Amino acid sequence: MADLLVLDQVRAGYGDATVIVGVDLRVGQGEALAVLGRNGTGKTTLVNTVIGVTRHQGGTIRFDGADIAKLSPDRRARAGLGWVPQERNIFKSLTVEENLTAVARPGPWTVGHAYAMFPRLKERRGNLGNQLSGGEQQMLAIARALMLNPKLLLLDEPTEGLAPIIVGELLAALRRIIREEGLSAIVVEQHAQKILGMTDRAIILDRGRIVHADTSSALIADPAPLNEYLGVTARRPPAAHARS
Amino acid sequence: MQASPPAGTGVCFSAARRWRMAETVFWLAAAATFFGLPGYHLLLTEIAIIGLFALSLDLILGFAGIASLGHAAFFGLGAYVAGLLGKHGWGDPLLGLAAGAGSAALLGFLTSFLVLRGSDLTRLVVTLGVALLLGEAANQAAWLTGGADGLQGVEIAPLLGRFEFDLFGRTAYAYCLVVTFVLFMVARQIVNSPFGLSVRAVRDNALRARAIGVPVNSRLVAIYTVAAAYAGIAGALLAQTTQFVSLDVLALHRSADVLLAVVIGGVGYLYGGLIGAVFLKVLQDVFAGLTPQYWTFWIGLVLVVLVLVGRERAVAGARDVVRRVVGIRRRTS
Repeated sequence: MADLLVLDQVRAGYGDATVIVGVDLRVGQGEALAVLGRNGTGKTTLVNTVIGVTRHQGGTIRFDGADIAKLSPDRRARAGLGWVPQERNIFKSLTVEENLTAVARPGPWTVGHAYAMFPRLKERRGNLGNQLSGGEQQMLAIARALMLNPKLLLLDEPTEGLAPIIVGELLAALRRIIREEGLSAIVVEQHAQKILGMTDRAIILDRGRIVHADTSSALIADPAPLNEYLGVTARRPPAAHARS
Repeated sequence: MQASPPAGTGVCFSAARRWRMAETVFWLAAAATFFGLPGYHLLLTEIAIIGLFALSLDLILGFAGIASLGHAAFFGLGAYVAGLLGKHGWGDPLLGLAAGAGSAALLGFLTSFLVLRGSDLTRLVVTLGVALLLGEAANQAAWLTGGADGLQGVEIAPLLGRFEFDLFGRTAYAYCLVVTFVLFMVARQIVNSPFGLSVRAVRDNALRARAIGVPVNSRLVAIYTVAAAYAGIAGALLAQTTQFVSLDVLALHRSADVLLAVVIGGVGYLYGGLIGAVFLKVLQDVFAGLTPQYWTFWIGLVLVVLVLVGRERAVAGARDVVRRVVGIRRRTS
């Protein structure tokens, strides 16, 4: 599996503060990586560093064979990084369809394809961003990232603060995006049991460092590291959800 | 879950792509004034020009979030370029428009880099400074611009080689109205295109837009340049229809007036500038007729009340009064 994203000894943070320290990371083509960890361990900073909205303090970031460490966030996005931020960041004065059209780039992901993935958005196509529920905003944030036709999708706690029924709907859509559409992804999540079933590998962060890395199936089979670093035990996901 | 549209979003004339009946009514009414109000063509010409000028400001203020107190720089440059062409034997109106647009666009492009960074306050000062610089340059270059005496001897050829500009403003109004309509339609296409949507995304949150792939700086440069071209065309229209250009076209009050027009009409939906221009010019005309000495006082008072009460509440109140009056008439008939 060819490497799509490679981080070598990356240090980054905000201002003079360093949040992630010497991170080495590889994500292959078509691979899905779970980034796990407690609150404040650097998960969001890691994703933000790949996107380019933190202060890069050292190390190299290569994406699709090119060094992107010095590129601006918009150039990284156009290079193929699709970001779904924790805060969703919907453009509230634009309608659902306008949110999608504003960032669209040529490729297989079109507005119609996004609506097929999230039928709720089609029903709400004329609504403004501030007229959507939290779950709908999250769907729109994911669909908007897909409209960039990215090579790698980065999702920062996509299920945070959502009702369980919406979480189920979102996870089902993510599973289709990752497994059926074959899109590479990095999924940041506090609750490992939600995403280990759809990812290939997982890393656990603590105090800005990777303290554990393994395949998702190994973590499901032996959740001891999850217990140690997250203080939780991953429930074995349903067989139908396990990534083959 | 339903919420009202955000401030600045027109209810009747939203920037939605679909053409609405209210828009047809608006433009039919504008066209009807040409035939129905022949005695007001000069005033209507001025309104069309200010409306176009306000439309250009709305492109940057309402859609890109760039506040400007120096938009008259582009208006004035367009006016001087068209006026100079007319003075030196190049009086074709459309050539003047193109030259006014091109020169203002170039100035807009060059100065756009000054407004990419900084807060609203910085942008206000920078844009104001550019207009002041240009104003003083025009004043000093009296050999070219006529200085404080103004640019005289401007001669404009008949429109399309057929329609002479008459004293009553008939040709001028038709010309300005058509140009304003055409440029409005172009602006409507721009703001509803993916480019325009991404500009609006930048206005909502530039950092957020940049992180999801919108090239913020190039978008702002582009829309600022387009808006400058629009302002240049408005200035060229003024020079051609009055056949005179004075330093007044670059003055601070020009920038302030157009800002008022946009604020009165509502920002971010294109019609705001047009409606605000109508309101402002009619108000000026009415008050100047009623109290020639104190008309600016009354206009100032109306504007203060309008801002304090809020345009939406004022419009809703006026609508309520109309409904009551209509209701009373129906009951008594």
